Amino acid sequence: MKTKIIVHYPEKCTGCLACEKACSQVHFKTQNGGEESAIRIEKKGDKFEATVCNHCGLCIDMCPVQALKRTPKGTVLLNKNICIGCQACVGFCPRGVMRRASARVEPFKCIACGSCVRACPEGALELVEVELDDIEEMVYIKQGVEDPDCQGGGH
Amino acid sequence: MPIDRGYETGNTTHEWDIAKLKAAHKVLAEYKYEKKPIEKGFAGRVLYIDISKLTFKEEPVTKDMKKTFTGGRGFGLKMLWDTIKPTTRWDSEENGLVITTGPMCGTTQYPGMGKSLCLTISPSTNIICDSNVGGFFGPYLKFCGFDAVEVQGKANEDVIIVIDGENSKITIETAPMEETNSHLVNEQLTYMYADEDTEASRQLISVVSSGKAAENSYWGCLNFSFWDQRRKVARMKQAGRGGLGSVLRNKKLKAIVAKVDKVTGELNNPVDVQKIAEVGTKYHKEIRDLDRYQCNMRTVGTGHLVEIMDDYDLLPTENYRFGTFPKASRLYSPEFYKRFAKRIPDGCWHGCTMACAKTVDGFTIRTGPYKGQKVTVDGPEYETVGCCSNMSVWDPDWCLEFNFYCDTYGLDTISTGTGIAFYMEMYEYGILNKERCDGLELSFGNAEAMLELMHRMARGDDGEFVKVAGKGIRRVKDWLKQKGWGDPQLIEDCGMESKGLEYSEYVTKESLAMQGGYGLTLKGPQHDEAWLIFMDMVNNQIPTFADKAEALHYFPMWRTWFGLNGLCKLPWNDVEPANNAEQSHPERVPEHVQNYVEIQNAITGWSVDANELILQSERCYNWQRAMNVWMGRGRRKDDWIPYRSMGPVTKMEYMSRQERYDKVLLEKVNVPEDKLKCMQVEEKMKILYDFRQNEYQKLADAVYYRRGWTPNGVPTPQKLKQLGINHPEMLEMLQQKIDEDEKAGLNAWGGKYSDEESPPTTDMKYWEKW
Repeated sequence: MKTKIIVHYPEKCTGCLACEKACSQVHFKTQNGGEESAIRIEKKGDKFEATVCNHCGLCIDMCPVQALKRTPKGTVLLNKNICIGCQACVGFCPRGVMRRASARVEPFKCIACGSCVRACPEGALELVEVELDDIEEMVYIKQGVEDPDCQGGGH
Repeated sequence: MPIDRGYETGNTTHEWDIAKLKAAHKVLAEYKYEKKPIEKGFAGRVLYIDISKLTFKEEPVTKDMKKTFTGGRGFGLKMLWDTIKPTTRWDSEENGLVITTGPMCGTTQYPGMGKSLCLTISPSTNIICDSNVGGFFGPYLKFCGFDAVEVQGKANEDVIIVIDGENSKITIETAPMEETNSHLVNEQLTYMYADEDTEASRQLISVVSSGKAAENSYWGCLNFSFWDQRRKVARMKQAGRGGLGSVLRNKKLKAIVAKVDKVTGELNNPVDVQKIAEVGTKYHKEIRDLDRYQCNMRTVGTGHLVEIMDDYDLLPTENYRFGTFPKASRLYSPEFYKRFAKRIPDGCWHGCTMACAKTVDGFTIRTGPYKGQKVTVDGPEYETVGCCSNMSVWDPDWCLEFNFYCDTYGLDTISTGTGIAFYMEMYEYGILNKERCDGLELSFGNAEAMLELMHRMARGDDGEFVKVAGKGIRRVKDWLKQKGWGDPQLIEDCGMESKGLEYSEYVTKESLAMQGGYGLTLKGPQHDEAWLIFMDMVNNQIPTFADKAEALHYFPMWRTWFGLNGLCKLPWNDVEPANNAEQSHPERVPEHVQNYVEIQNAITGWSVDANELILQSERCYNWQRAMNVWMGRGRRKDDWIPYRSMGPVTKMEYMSRQERYDKVLLEKVNVPEDKLKCMQVEEKMKILYDFRQNEYQKLADAVYYRRGWTPNGVPTPQKLKQLGINHPEMLEMLQQKIDEDEKAGLNAWGGKYSDEESPPTTDMKYWEKW
């Protein structure tokens, strides 16, 4: 199965945060960016880094009410009408990209809509199709987990 | 891999004709109420239902009620005080079965916030028993509009109560055709009352039920359901202790159903939900990062304790005779891990990422009415495994079958396991035998006989043994003595009950503080008030009587607090912050205490600190002890514990740990070494027996003093006034009981003190100067 994820090219990024503003427009109808944006740009040294969901889907298994689902296209979506705001997905997200803003208690995440890509004046973001299993494996290795089916260790 | 592509339990499926079951219902009474939002954690009213008179009554929650009782179990105590008499017994018409919530109950942002505290007059103890339980019913009861419900009276035929929060309506209906056993009736009623044929709709229903064996024993538990969307199973958690299920079935209540129209993260209308989410997220991360290196709760639940207890000689085996056993590794957590379903969020309330509620799905039953069927077994938790260890049943699959039948028959695994372990020991000594046990060969390790006893209890078998066995150890002790079978002292010493309730599963022989943790309790020997074995025995952190008394003040108060608020205790210390050991009181896990302070404030808008949390508990703790006194108990004699919990009852036990006990005689009792060498084991046992009995009495002295009670264990009116409790009836009653004790010469310390020692004070009425 394939999914689309946001890829960031630091060498092109100027840190203008147009992507964050576009993202908060999608999620909160504001231009605030920052905590209201699913993609976050941070300065690391003299470069900018982006943190954003890679649709690994570990959060799906954390949700007690199945508010998190993977669409047929591979995108992991949170249905905020089902969500009960427990923050389990926020706390357990291995990349810290499931987010909560002060506007509401239900978290939000990247929906791979591409708004940030379109907003970036420098072409520093791209929506790329990848093989799902490759992502998951990468996450497990980073977590130092040998047996991905071990629930306790897997998260 | 994530299992977002569907999960199958492999369980046997049932084809219910739900419409037919429903059509057989007759609505006996209906009550419409006004739906109001919850404000700052409180629904603002409690509900009384009388199923004899078919009446309903609402009562507002007053400021004074919150101030004195906080919520949850505290409200339950107040409701019982208002509605029962000192002579009320478990099967009295007026005995109330109370289910409470608490101001923090139903919060989703922090783990362990969906508990209910249930209270009633217990058939085992004849005093209030409180029992805490997960599942969805507690939160749903509050979302329906009530902080607590008390059911009084008895129905003529099987009825159910349906609390329908969607339509603001409560009904009492006959339910003649539904099953009684929990795993079936919970499923039937969930399907019956769900609006739509969807998993999400079924998740809005929660059922409280018990089972057939609860009808014929004092060990009945309540099963609280929580619909598992992934497994498509009405899973359940138990309010196990004290026979609450027996009270439910004695009332001919088959079930209580709660239905809500929605669940969100803000139904409590907290003052500051963002604050709760912030603290909750921090804590979720702690579990994610640390649980696998600490208790491994997410992977195997409380069963991780089995191997630890076995290592420290604390795992009760063969009715607490020993604390370790060569076959114990067969019940270690990896054996259950192999069988547990994985990668499903296993919290018994939303947002609990500690997720200790494990299941074995598609488990094939080998005996009884469901033989050959495949079922989901909820558990086993540590205590259930400990029971199997105590019965010397060393096979995880028999343990699962024991667990399954206890649950669905409505039996408390702890009382059942501890009880049967005692009967097995009596069987070994020939005090019981096949004939006296109605043909059951109840020897240690005979899992099939153990299950057969449970099946007979569920069938209502009228064998003399089967009938008395289900009433528990206390009644069996009396029965054996009445029959003239066996040495009465041996029987008293071996049977692990106190106040009439069976012990939970820890060996306490080498921890005096934990003996107090079981004996100097409100409801009886359950480890929910204090768990001090490691502090006391392993780490020697509380060497003096005053130290132990301080621990037996602080921890029972702190642990009581969870029940006032609708919380689970486990997230407090079953994972600890990485830097916890560097704190001034690491055993109190101060950072987590502070989490609770912040969340209680963020929900209620109060401005409490950690000390106030203890005071909240102290008010309720003293109130409950005072009610025990009111009901004729709650004195030193009622805090008696069996010698098996203090030391070696039999020669075999002494010999098995001879070095340890000889050392006690040498170092603690100061028996000269040359004299000890010449002593017979019986003589050593007698000296140890007297020493340890006296140690326990001295502990009781210190604890009563620390708690502000009389030397006979009665809470003093002065203590209650200090806590801000001014209910004249309560204060007068206590003064009267203290005066009666005084006349009877009972206001005296229980320990015998040497010249170098002294009791807590020589002023026997020290409290009068307060």
